[in-house]
Amino acid sequence: MAHGTTPKSPSLYGVGVARLLLDPTSERSVIERTRLDRPSSIDGKVIGLLDISKPRGNVFLDRIEDRLTAAGATVKRYKKPTFTKPAPVDLRHEIATQCHLVIEALAD
Amino acid sequence: MVQRQLEPTRWTLLKSSYSPSVTRSKPILPDGLVVIVKEECATCQMVAPLLPLLTDATVYTQDNPDFPAHVDAISDADLAISWHHDIETVPTVIRVVDGVEVERTIGWHRDSWRDITGIADLGEDLPVMRPGCGSMSVDPDKVDMLRAKYAGDRLKSRRIELADLDDEMEVLFDRGLTDGLPVTAPTEERVLRMLEGTRRDASDVVAIVPPDLVEVTVEKIAINAVMAGCKPEYLPWVIASLEAICNDEFNVHGVLATTMPVGPVIICNGPGTRAIGMNSGVNVLGQGNRANLTIGRAVQLVVRNVGGGRPGEVDRAAHGNPGKLSFCFAEDEIGSPFTSLAASRGVGPGSNAVTVFAGEGPRCIVDQLARDPDQLANSFAACLRTVHHPKLPLGFDVVLIVGPEHARVFAEAGWDRDRLLAELHDRLQLAGADIVRGAHGMAEGVQDTFKDLTLPKFRDGGILLVHAGGGAGLFSAMIGGWANGSTGSTPVTRLVGT
Repeated sequence: MAHGTTPKSPSLYGVGVARLLLDPTSERSVIERTRLDRPSSIDGKVIGLLDISKPRGNVFLDRIEDRLTAAGATVKRYKKPTFTKPAPVDLRHEIATQCHLVIEALAD
Repeated sequence: MVQRQLEPTRWTLLKSSYSPSVTRSKPILPDGLVVIVKEECATCQMVAPLLPLLTDATVYTQDNPDFPAHVDAISDADLAISWHHDIETVPTVIRVVDGVEVERTIGWHRDSWRDITGIADLGEDLPVMRPGCGSMSVDPDKVDMLRAKYAGDRLKSRRIELADLDDEMEVLFDRGLTDGLPVTAPTEERVLRMLEGTRRDASDVVAIVPPDLVEVTVEKIAINAVMAGCKPEYLPWVIASLEAICNDEFNVHGVLATTMPVGPVIICNGPGTRAIGMNSGVNVLGQGNRANLTIGRAVQLVVRNVGGGRPGEVDRAAHGNPGKLSFCFAEDEIGSPFTSLAASRGVGPGSNAVTVFAGEGPRCIVDQLARDPDQLANSFAACLRTVHHPKLPLGFDVVLIVGPEHARVFAEAGWDRDRLLAELHDRLQLAGADIVRGAHGMAEGVQDTFKDLTLPKFRDGGILLVHAGGGAGLFSAMIGGWANGSTGSTPVTRLVGT
């Protein structure tokens, strides 16, 4: 028997019965989704900029907006209520239906 | 380093239908009388001569199959009949009609035996009463194995079969299922025993656990509680703590994901803390007490294993703190001059409750000289002002753990909880000019627009006062919080169920 094993009672389990542990995880099967192909050009695309509400995220996103607009994209701005929680499902849906691309700003 | 779960190449993963060749359904008893005995029991030996008189009786014997003499007894060596029919005492006599138990008597009570057998003069020479003996099916050395053998199908979790040479502790490390310390292997026997600690059904969903947002059942909590080293009587505290952290108010998702060094701090109140042996005294925040350490650890293991929250993945803490292994303690209510934390949050007397707080590691407040409450409050305020940064107001709550020797100073002056908190708030009003960005040569601080205002260090209710610690030492402790309120985490109090 391997070291560190749990002793078993032969009278109740018999010899050679498997040692079983219970899985402590969620037993979840992860579904992998492939990303969309990168567009060859952003010209004419609608790009969402998501501010996660960290301080100075707007500074970063303002600069990105200037650059994207200059490159011919249309920019839409969005903001999470707080950086400490995932984006609300309605906001995610809004971005997904209104934009071709999205950029999330992590800042401090 | 990012830790990932290994692919299950070394493992045989079995669906929950695993079943050794045992009868897990309740065997039907034959009609008539059923008597369960064991030779080791003196009362069984005393009644043995009566059994041949019971012409419609079926006798099951737990130990020696040749006992009792003159009766064709059926061996219950595997204790299947005894287990499934809840035999706690031998002898037990059951009357069965159409496969259903209608009457039962335990031990030897002459009148009861006469009633159930219908034999009016049965046992005339025997004493009126003799208590029976414990059934082998409730023998503490056997009950865990019997529960697994006959009730293991209660557990729906996937089974993981170890190879012959696997060391279970190493296997659990290899799978990424521990917090860095060894865990107790979650066998069927241990998990079923853990579930005896709650009246809730194993399949009950307790919470949705971030970051993966998956439902956690009582059974999955019990598995992780076994791994953490809990006793069954701790399980309701683990369940209540998970209910308290897995909601939008406490926001354990954010507490986990933040770069700040915080985790759930669990403060326990009520008589149940003493019943399960929690520590609220000497070394209250330290090592050495099983309940304190394993309740907090079980909560964190559920977040890790069920929720999928692992350091370096969704847990992005820059430094973390040792309390993220476990941070759970009880308030000393008996010796406290203050109303308890739970009472101040609306919990009635005699109830058990947990309050969860998103907190960093504890820090000591030293004042060995103050003997009047004003001076001591001044020291407290000076230290509390430094939570996270002396120039940051309002954004963080704090747990203030007043040690017994400090509490005595306030008690002797007649200061109660409300008075002490009011005095501290008065002392923690920060002048804007002192805390604006750049003031005192520090970039950190509030915007310049606040320079002519006065801002409180803590919001209303932002100091959670607790009484705990050893009886010697003029010290208290404080635990800084995380972003508070709806943008971060709000302390949550939940009653502990059964």
